[in-house]
Amino acid sequence: MQRFIAIRVLQSLLAALIMSVIVFGLARVSGNPLDVMLPIEAMPEDFERLEKHWGLDKPLVTQYFLFLGNALQGDFGESLKYQGTSAMELVGQRLPATLELAGLALLISAILALPIGVIAAVGKDSGWDIAAKVIALLGQSLPGFWLGIVLMWIFAVMLGWLPTSGRGGIEHMILPAITIGWFQVAALMRLVRSSMLDVLDTEYVKLARVKGIPEWKVIWKHCLRNAGITPLTYFAIVAGSLLTGSIVTETVFSWPGIGLLIIDAIQARDFPVVQAVVIVFAGIFIFCNLLVDILYAYLDPRIRYG
Amino acid sequence: MVDVTTKEAPSFASPRPSTGWRALKRYPLFSLSILVFFLLIPAMFAPLLAPFNPYDGSLGARLLPPFWEEGGSTEHLLGTDKLGRDMLSRIMYGARVSFTVSVIAIFIGGIIGTILGLLSGYFGGRTDSVIMRLVDISLSLPTILLALVLSAALGPSFMTVLIVISVLLWARYARLVRGETLAIKELDFIARARVAGSSHVRIMLLYILPNLVNSLVVLATLQVGYVILLESTLSFLGAGLPRAEPAWGLMVADGRELIVTAWWVSMFPGIAIMLTVLSLNLLGDWLRDHFDPKLKNL
Repeated sequence: MQRFIAIRVLQSLLAALIMSVIVFGLARVSGNPLDVMLPIEAMPEDFERLEKHWGLDKPLVTQYFLFLGNALQGDFGESLKYQGTSAMELVGQRLPATLELAGLALLISAILALPIGVIAAVGKDSGWDIAAKVIALLGQSLPGFWLGIVLMWIFAVMLGWLPTSGRGGIEHMILPAITIGWFQVAALMRLVRSSMLDVLDTEYVKLARVKGIPEWKVIWKHCLRNAGITPLTYFAIVAGSLLTGSIVTETVFSWPGIGLLIIDAIQARDFPVVQAVVIVFAGIFIFCNLLVDILYAYLDPRIRYG
Repeated sequence: MVDVTTKEAPSFASPRPSTGWRALKRYPLFSLSILVFFLLIPAMFAPLLAPFNPYDGSLGARLLPPFWEEGGSTEHLLGTDKLGRDMLSRIMYGARVSFTVSVIAIFIGGIIGTILGLLSGYFGGRTDSVIMRLVDISLSLPTILLALVLSAALGPSFMTVLIVISVLLWARYARLVRGETLAIKELDFIARARVAGSSHVRIMLLYILPNLVNSLVVLATLQVGYVILLESTLSFLGAGLPRAEPAWGLMVADGRELIVTAWWVSMFPGIAIMLTVLSLNLLGDWLRDHFDPKLKNL
């Protein structure tokens, strides 16, 4: 167990390190970073000063470690688009909006997916089960950005029930949260269904029935509790799909989170902000994956990794 | 050539007649016909079938609705976009773009992954551990971010999309090929080939690789849908193909700001993506169940 955790931690650190090399390389591949960092009217002295500050006169390897040192302290430099604001500050301002939306999306997907998954498993091959399969298949096939636009068209433009975009009260959050949560409903539901099917077949469930415990209690208490471990893997999927989901959905609904921030920054070639967002996002993603793996190995003793 | 087929021949006969959903999964006819209709025919014959040039619009015909709406005409069956380009023609060319991108990207990623997987499984030891660590790391990187960063650095172009997607795909193939190579290399005929004096390269390419074809084809099919979704998402975000290209993701992006006045601009390309990916997923599932049940968990 300790060995497994140690290996996974090392692996995650390595992944984070590789991500930082890629991010560092990004600024170098696209030419002299000072050309994009400084305004056009910058004087040669400005170039020299910044060259010193970023250590651009030193060899590439030294530069990378300087960058890494600064990055670890959260210093990615100033945003080029919003002069005078540091890139990290911008990320800090926008992060709450993203987390808020992601939280609601998670809640929606759990509320929908658990009951649908259980009902589909109990009534295997019934109409419910088929409906659940259709939902799962659509979840895999619908492009998130298009789903967002369709929802916007139906509920905001045609029916006028909800606002089209922007951030505000809860009514602004409903459509974007459904857009992000949709894929997760499909994924979680399938996991709940398959692990419920396994549990429904066990001896202790038969015993519970023989003892005369009401069917609803057998299903919702005895089975669901034991089937609950597997869908934990789902949270590994969540880390990834929330990430993709929030970038895409925030773009569709002009939701001012860090997903929209990175897309704007890429279009404006605002590299310090791109780097800051990528490192923060990648850090969250890698950490979630690590946490899930460790939690999973801990909860299910049958799992032993090499 | 020595051939090991330990697997049972796939049976096409269905044990009992079934209806509805089951039938849909059992016979891929439905998904195949959608695919042929929406992806293959338009992709191959777009220049012949498309009524208009997908790049040139006429300013007199901007934002025309589809023919059944008021103001629409049968000339532009699915209407036109804000530059007056014919939607139907653009969607047909879009099929060509999606199809080309996904086939080439899967091909490149598949070859790199297969070679590394063969080396890893066949030689084992240090080669194996280095390659497999790379696979683990590659799978633990956040896909969409990596793609965004790469396209931001390289600029939107056809090449960028191909590079980005192949970089994301190779690890799956490497893992799959390694696993199967490990099993196959223990079989008798490999040892005999070795005794007969075959070189390592010859054994890998002529004796091991042919036994992996089934699995590789299934995995590739399962990935086409994923790649089409990925490419259209990247294009939608402005980090994929250049803006003028008739790519489905770009067309949906064009329609986003027109949602109040011209719904059809984003609706039709989206439907094209959905139907294509849906049928590819159904087809991939069917292929997997019939040819390679081992891949059940992919």
